Order: sequence, then C-alpha cells, then structure tokens
Amino acid sequence: MNRIDTAFARLKESGTGGLMPFVCAGAPTTDALVKVLPALSEAGASVIEIGIPFSDPIADGPVIAAAMHDAIQRGITPGAIFEQVRSVRDRVDCGLVAMVSVSLVHAQGGPAGFAAKARDAGFDGCIFPDAPLEESAELGAACKDAGLTCSLLIAPTTPEARAKAIAEACSGFVYMLARAGITGEQKDAPEIEARVQLLRRVTRLPIACGFGISTPDHVRAVVQHADAAIVGTALVRRLEAAQKQGQPLAAEAESFLTELSTGLVPMRL
Amino acid sequence: MIQPSPSSVPAPTPRLSAVPDDRGRFGQFGGTYVPETLVAALRQLEDLYIQVRQDNQFWDRLADLNRSFVGRPTPLYQARGLSRRARAMSKDKDLGAAIWLKREDLAHTGAHKINNTLGQGLLAKKMGKKRIIAETGAGQHGVASATAAAQLGLKCDVYMGSEDVRRQNLNVIRMQMLGARVIPVDSGSRTLKDATNEAMRDWMGSVEHTHYIIGSVVGPHPFPMIVRDFQSVIGRETKAQALRHFGRMPDAIVACVGGGSNAAGIFYPFVDEAMVAMIGVEAGGRDPQPGQHAAPLSHGKPGILHGSLSYVLQNEHGQTADVHSCSAGLDYPGVGPEHSYWKDSGRVRYTAVTDEEALDAFLWCARDEGIIPALETAHAVAMGVRIASEMPKETNLVINLSGRGDKDVSEAARLLGDRVESGS
Repeated sequence: MNRIDTAFARLKESGTGGLMPFVCAGAPTTDALVKVLPALSEAGASVIEIGIPFSDPIADGPVIAAAMHDAIQRGITPGAIFEQVRSVRDRVDCGLVAMVSVSLVHAQGGPAGFAAKARDAGFDGCIFPDAPLEESAELGAACKDAGLTCSLLIAPTTPEARAKAIAEACSGFVYMLARAGITGEQKDAPEIEARVQLLRRVTRLPIACGFGISTPDHVRAVVQHADAAIVGTALVRRLEAAQKQGQPLAAEAESFLTELSTGLVPMRL
Repeated sequence: MIQPSPSSVPAPTPRLSAVPDDRGRFGQFGGTYVPETLVAALRQLEDLYIQVRQDNQFWDRLADLNRSFVGRPTPLYQARGLSRRARAMSKDKDLGAAIWLKREDLAHTGAHKINNTLGQGLLAKKMGKKRIIAETGAGQHGVASATAAAQLGLKCDVYMGSEDVRRQNLNVIRMQMLGARVIPVDSGSRTLKDATNEAMRDWMGSVEHTHYIIGSVVGPHPFPMIVRDFQSVIGRETKAQALRHFGRMPDAIVACVGGGSNAAGIFYPFVDEAMVAMIGVEAGGRDPQPGQHAAPLSHGKPGILHGSLSYVLQNEHGQTADVHSCSAGLDYPGVGPEHSYWKDSGRVRYTAVTDEEALDAFLWCARDEGIIPALETAHAVAMGVRIASEMPKETNLVINLSGRGDKDVSEAARLLGDRVESGS
C-alpha cells in the first residue's frame, strides 16, 4: 500500500486530523531537505509536501516564490532533490508528495519520465498545481503506472460537478484550496465547512486543505472538517529565520510542527 | 538567409487558420496550464467570447471606437526611402522590393496594443467586471490598457518590472496620468515575465471582480485566440489596402515577435493565402548564447510557460532562462502558441535580428522616412529591408510598423552614443 494511503487510513482509524507540512526543496540551504524531512516525520507529519522549485510559480505568494527563486540560484535541481530524498528515505516514515509545476514535468522527459524518477527517489505521490483537469490525463496515467498518487487542486470557484470530475481524476487525496488567491500567511482561519461538505458529497478520497494555514488555530479550524491541514509559507519562513540566526533547521522544523500539532483535535465524522 | 520567394513556402494544410480547437490547441501547442482557481474565469471568458463572436452590436461598437477613438484604419504607406535603401543594398539591379509600412504607430497611444485593450475592455464590461489588470514590458500595453480603462470607465492596475519602469519611464508617467496605478515588480528578472507572474497572482485572488487583459497572444486559452482576433484588424486592413494600392496580395509580410501580438494580427488573415511569405523577427540580443537574446522560436524548444505550451527559453531542468534585448517589449522568454504552430507547420519563417542591427534600422527608419519606430519595430525594419533587397523589383513587402519610438528615444540615445549626432 502506498504510504500516503496508509497515512490517511491511519488518521481515519484514529479519528484525528493530520498535518501536511510543505517544504521548499533547496531552501533555506541547498541540502535542507536532508535535515528537515526526518525531523518533520519524527514530529508526526502524516505526509510531507516537497515543493520542487520553479522559476515562475504563479500560484505562490512572495515567501514561497522567493524561496524557490533563491533555491534555484543556489543551484538546486530536480535531480539533486531526487538524490536528497533517496538519501533520507529510510529515516522518513511518512508519505512524501512532490508539488511540481507541469513546466518542470514537461522538461524532465514528460509525465512518465518524471513519475518514474520520483518513484525511484522514494516519493509516494505528486501534486500538480498548474494542471487543471483538462490537462491532467497523461499526468494521472503516469502516476498510476509508477504507483504514485496524483492530486489536483479544487478551488473555492470550482462548481460541484466539476469538483466531482476532478476528484475522480485524483488518487491518494484531493487538494482543497482554503481560499482563492495565492499561498501565504493569513490572519483569519478559513471558512471551509460548506466546501468540505460539498466535496464529501462527491468523493470518498481524503481531503487535504491548504493556502493561508499558518497557526495552530487555523489547523484546528481546518481539521474540524478536512482530513489534513497543509502548512507551507509559515514553515518556509520559520526555517529561513532559523537559518539566519544560525539555529539548526531540524530542531526548528520539529518545534514548529509540534506547535501546530496542538491544533489537531479529534475529528467529528 | 531568408528566401521569401513564394515557391519556398510549403503549401499550407487546408484551413491553417482553423485553430485553436475547443481545447485551446494550435496543433500540439497552447492549452490551459493554470491553477484551478482561474479555470472558472477562463471558462466564463470563453463562453462569453463565443457568444460575442456572433454579436453584431459588439463588433459595431468596437468598430466605432476603432474609427473615432483609435483613428483606424491606419494607413498602408509606401516607404520610398527604405525601398531605396533596400535597392542600394542589393547586388543585382533587378532586385529590391517596394517596401510598405502598415502604420500602427499612428493608432491612438502610438502602437497596435490599443486594438486588443479596447476589445477586452468591452468584454470586461459585458462580464460586469469593474477592474482590469495588465502586465506590461515596454509600457505600450500598459498605456493602452490605461487608455481603454479611462475610455470605458474601468479601474486599472498595471504590473511592470522595475527594470522596465526604469527603461520606459515616459510610459509610466503616461499610465499614471490616465488614472492607472503602476505596480513595480521586483521579483525575478524584474521584466515582462515577472510582471506577467504578478498579474496572474493578482488575478488568482481577484478573479470574481477583475478581468486580466493579457497583452499578447500568450497565456492560457482563450487568451491567445481572443488577442489574435482583436489584433487581426491589422491584417484585414492590410489585405484591403494592398489590393487598393498595388492590386494584389503582398509578396511578403514582416513583423517583430516578442509575445507576438502585432505579428499574429497582421499574419492571421493571410495564413490561408499560400502565396504570401511571412517572416517573424525575434530579438537576437547580443548573440545566440543563452541569456544574451530573447528568441525562443529561433533558439528555444517547446515547454510550458504562463499557461500554455509553446516554444520557450529554458535551461535543461525546465527553469525559465534569462533573456536580453535592447527592446523591453521583446524581452520575454516565451511566445504565443500559434506562432509555434506556424513555425512547425512551416507557414511562417522565424528569424532574429541583433540589438545592433535593430539600432541601425531605428536610425534608417527615422532618417529615410521621418518615422521614429519603436525599438521592437526596428527589428522588423532591419529584417524587412534586408529581405526586400533580395526580392525582385516588382514585388511588394509589407513591414508591420507596430509602434512609434518616442518611448525609446532616451534608451536608444544611450545605446547609440555619438551616432545620434553624427548622422551615420
């Protein structure tokens, strides 16, 4: 069984929500993944989302976009990321999902080539943030062939019938956007109850919810309804700050995840 | 070297103009590679546009604005000075085509960009959206968007790379005078590509009340089609004017290509006319080395940027490459998907002109004709004169004079140095 499926099955069994931290590969240092992945896994992440840096990420706000830009300047490449993931895979229990632009997939030999390389490195699934349903058939098939899950985005603007079709093209989990707009920290917790109810009507897949989730309170608000909360920008920023202050990245990742975990409450099913 | 003789152009497959398909594909190119958040807005735009295509009232209103506000039709002007220069360049006395200029520089705001912004501004109003956003490189699309917004009573925000804010300050002031807000973009290379990223990010969060007027034939479907259609007024006028002035189709048409909207506008009405040779001219920059030019059709390969699959300049990992051009409007690593389709089908030849050649042609056009062209346009002039010098005397070559060069005079003076005064 795929580690992502296992992770969500475990959450369901225990009746708790899960945390899906997002890290930008190559940030704040070239080999940060090697330190951060085991720490996040140890601290109880269900699945870790690893952002493959792209020069023009249009769904990302200034913090992640800058982290990606800086990581590319430092010389991070998809090949180096695969190598780093491979090197720590035996110390990381949780699921690993690659968040990757179709621009990079296309340049890395297309969906089949990319999926095979990702699987060999130890990834369990992919999220394609800029592939809407219409452009996703080949990506989904390639993931399936490689034994990877494939998650597409469902937005607040997505009508129900379309959400159903998107969910049918997904495996592992669906990625529900908590808000319109781009990634980045927000003051208020998102209102997601109605959207989650709508999605529950159209799919039995677990629902992971992200964009603008940055505090334990936000996490609490999300996992009351969805299966997992995705926290990206806040973690990326915390790791950057730790690096600037000369603090160890592993300890910072672990302490932030522990802090976020206080927002996990038993799910009301 | 370009051989524009009609026989060298492969016969087009039937109805090369019958694109895109309903998935937004021009052959393999195009598509809709955007986050799901934008899909609803793109659908809304596509549905509306399909209705509008049949709506005579819409097109009458646009035609009226084009006539009374933009000053269309723009002239097709016989460029005797540049024609003389072409004849002088040719070795054979029987060579040297007559050069004609399609005077988009005379359109209101000084470039072809207004053709698109008025059309899309009217679409925005029909959708009930009260705010428009735009990206701009040279500032011409920003000025045209600000102008359409003022004319149609819309709010307008324009994203512009901070490097371009510096290079094209006159246009920044024009936009502000027209009531638009100019938002400098400091991320990435601080040019057109990054301004486009920021405009898309804005749209992700504002999509319900904002329309994004993309400035070229790029981006996700249906933008490449819509922008092409609004710009095709250039080619339709050229066709009618060619028949009036010299009694037949042009033998060759030359246009500069950044994103490719002026070129698409003049080429599209001719793509099914196999006898008309068409040449797109990209920014060759300093040299063909990576990072030194902005010529994806000449030196790039297919990839995905800003929502569609097209030729793009990227490194082996898929990261968008740095680009360079003396012209801010051509300084873009991608190109519209229909151009990629025309390139691969062999219908249009794409070539590149260096900064230096473009600067020469900038002065030729100014001094031979009394027309200061945009630096973008100067690329087309350079190639147009060269090609005309290799064509038979009784043939006609049309250069799309896509914009006037007032915005470029300080940048050109800086690059030309002493040559501005020397008269050479």
